Amino acid sequence: MDLTTNCLLALHLATLPMALIDWHAAFFLLFALVACGAAVMVVLTDNVVRMALHLVLSLGATAGLFFLAGAEFVGSMQLMIYVGGTLVLLVFGVMLTAQTKLVTLQTPPGDRVLAGILAAALLAVLVQSAVSIEPWRQPGRAVTQPPTATPLGMALVGVRVDRQPVEVESRPRSGYLLPFEIVSVHLLVVLVGAAYLARAKRRRTPRPIDVVASADPPPPVRQPRREEREAASVLVGGGQ
Amino acid sequence: MAEFLINTLGFPAWLAWSATAGVAAFLILNVIAGGALVFIWAERKIAARIQDRLGPTRTGGRFGWLQSLADGIKLLAKEDLMPDGADTLLFRLAPYVSFCASFCAFIAMPFAFDVVGQRLNVGVFFVIAVLGLEVFGVILAGYASASKWSLFGAMREAAQVVSYEVPLGMCVVVPVMLAGSMDLVTIGEKQAGWISNWYLFHDPFTFVIFWVYFTCAVASVNRAPFDLAEAESELVAGFHTEYSGLRWSFFFMAEYGSMFLVSGLAAVLFLGGWNGPIPIAELAGWSDGSAVTAPYAVRLLGCANLLAKATAGVLLMMWIRWTLPRLRIDQVMTTCLKYCTPIAAVMFAGVMLWQLFLPGGLVPGGRQGAISVREGWLEQAAEPPAEAVGVRRSVPQQLAGVAD
Amino acid sequence: MILAAVGSIGVTHYLLVGGLMFTAGVVCMAVKRNALGVLMGIELVLNGANINFVAFGSSYLAGEGRSPLGLDGEVMALFVILLAAAEAAVALAITLNFYNNHGTVDVDRADDLRG
Repeated sequence: MDLTTNCLLALHLATLPMALIDWHAAFFLLFALVACGAAVMVVLTDNVVRMALHLVLSLGATAGLFFLAGAEFVGSMQLMIYVGGTLVLLVFGVMLTAQTKLVTLQTPPGDRVLAGILAAALLAVLVQSAVSIEPWRQPGRAVTQPPTATPLGMALVGVRVDRQPVEVESRPRSGYLLPFEIVSVHLLVVLVGAAYLARAKRRRTPRPIDVVASADPPPPVRQPRREEREAASVLVGGGQ
Repeated sequence: MAEFLINTLGFPAWLAWSATAGVAAFLILNVIAGGALVFIWAERKIAARIQDRLGPTRTGGRFGWLQSLADGIKLLAKEDLMPDGADTLLFRLAPYVSFCASFCAFIAMPFAFDVVGQRLNVGVFFVIAVLGLEVFGVILAGYASASKWSLFGAMREAAQVVSYEVPLGMCVVVPVMLAGSMDLVTIGEKQAGWISNWYLFHDPFTFVIFWVYFTCAVASVNRAPFDLAEAESELVAGFHTEYSGLRWSFFFMAEYGSMFLVSGLAAVLFLGGWNGPIPIAELAGWSDGSAVTAPYAVRLLGCANLLAKATAGVLLMMWIRWTLPRLRIDQVMTTCLKYCTPIAAVMFAGVMLWQLFLPGGLVPGGRQGAISVREGWLEQAAEPPAEAVGVRRSVPQQLAGVAD
Repeated sequence: MILAAVGSIGVTHYLLVGGLMFTAGVVCMAVKRNALGVLMGIELVLNGANINFVAFGSSYLAGEGRSPLGLDGEVMALFVILLAAAEAAVALAITLNFYNNHGTVDVDRADDLRG
């Protein structure tokens, strides 16, 4: 028994420095560094595939920050839609347009200098405004937060459960039902629009049998230019 | 476990939590790696039997059960090749990205009541989201290999995975709706009791939607007949054409890991999770029906149950792989957009209406309908919000308090 | 040492991260010649804004223990993510169309309207 107590005491003493670490701050630092570093790397890299990779890192670390802030649902959403959907779409675009000369489009050095000045100015303004307000600088009270997924869902169908009852009574329609509907219709419109914009244009050479079958001489078929042929979707399955 | 370490052995809290996390990570890693070994052996035997062969017979005595271990050693000893013109960094990174995504998704995956890496309020969502990240490794591999075959494979995989996330999401939402929670532990626990409580048998729509889910899950982990990304008859080996040795085996483990994960998810969402078809523990009097107070043996039984169900799912995938021919890429897209998505949408609406009008399900029991969940929340909202419990002060604040 | 310098995490820390991301995004939009690079810049900008929304909406970070925004912060972040996805889809379609017509994704070459 004595031995156990001594061992535990030694364990406590040996690991005291680690026990002093504020793990919330440590993980925040980790995620924040990855997010910021990768964001800066997106700007500095010229290779568009590398840019996409850094963007993925940056947005993934942001999802980590959301989890740390207690916004689990938004964090998962970020992972699923942003990182899993939007960025795969982007990488898709990168691959579709990936020719050696396009992958690394250099930025002129003059632009870089100008952008550096712009960035410094903008960053100075943002940092100044972020640091200058006193209540924001207070450390979080680290209250155990109830999970927000269900209240979020309720809010989206028009019932606010996070407000005080008085507020709910006075403004029964304070939820997000209307914005939710607008966004869903918006997404539908975008879906149709994107499909229309990116639709495959049919430029098929008529088959000989069609030519023979038609009484009129066939209309002259425009030969697609070289880039167009190359750009024809690579997805059709080993067509090239 | 952490509570046990803190209360009984007197460990400091952070050390207890770290130890628990380490043990959990170790266990999950072993489930993936050990599972991959077993499944590779099983796949060889099943493939052989389906094709009227014997499969491995010699390594390790009977049945060739050491075959995958021998394979692993061979892979370790293989030369690690990298093609000329490959993007070195991305080429090296890609397998780990895939494996990490597959591994991280296990964080929120429960194996029994409260036997879970981290019980997340948005568990289902998290698992699906993280699993979707696996495609990034594949895309990077395809691009970085500087090979046509790899790029084709990667593009196909990207298109396929992004498309199949839509019906997969719709299917996953159904159990979430039935349980009124996205927490996987809650979803599993709501299906406790007899086999009729499983969401698979909740109503006819969920029965259909389970099969849609399974199809989409097979497609989203790129198993045959949806393995267009590797399609060895047309693309050599697809995205991992240029990989060899250990890196290749990481892709392999990621594939088997995510197969196991989607099967486990199917078990939790539709097949009663860790609850067996018959509530043995309750009938035998080992537990009083409450999962919280049940002894650990019951949880172990639950673990075994879930593992058995997930393994059955994986075996089913293998059976499908070796009996169905591979689809063409346009057929894959047709399956997703013209069949899976509309069927899932209609079934989703059906489950919704069923919940609205027959919230009890086919078998009357203590099920909670969507409406009652909503009412419950409204009642909670009507009460004044409870004062924040347990103000956890961070360490610097505590130190400051000591200094005062 | 670094951790001690950072101290306990408050809203300001999140704002700084968001600000840096926003700046990176703006610069990315300004200097990239690749249309897809510009798109990535937009994503960064939106994401930086999102961090701010979540930070303000999080009662975990708020100094008073209950965030003034309540759920609004997270809901805004959700809408931003959704609209970003929509924007990316349309912009990508435009880019691919541009690529089909011009054989390049260099935005400096998109000067047909100059006459």
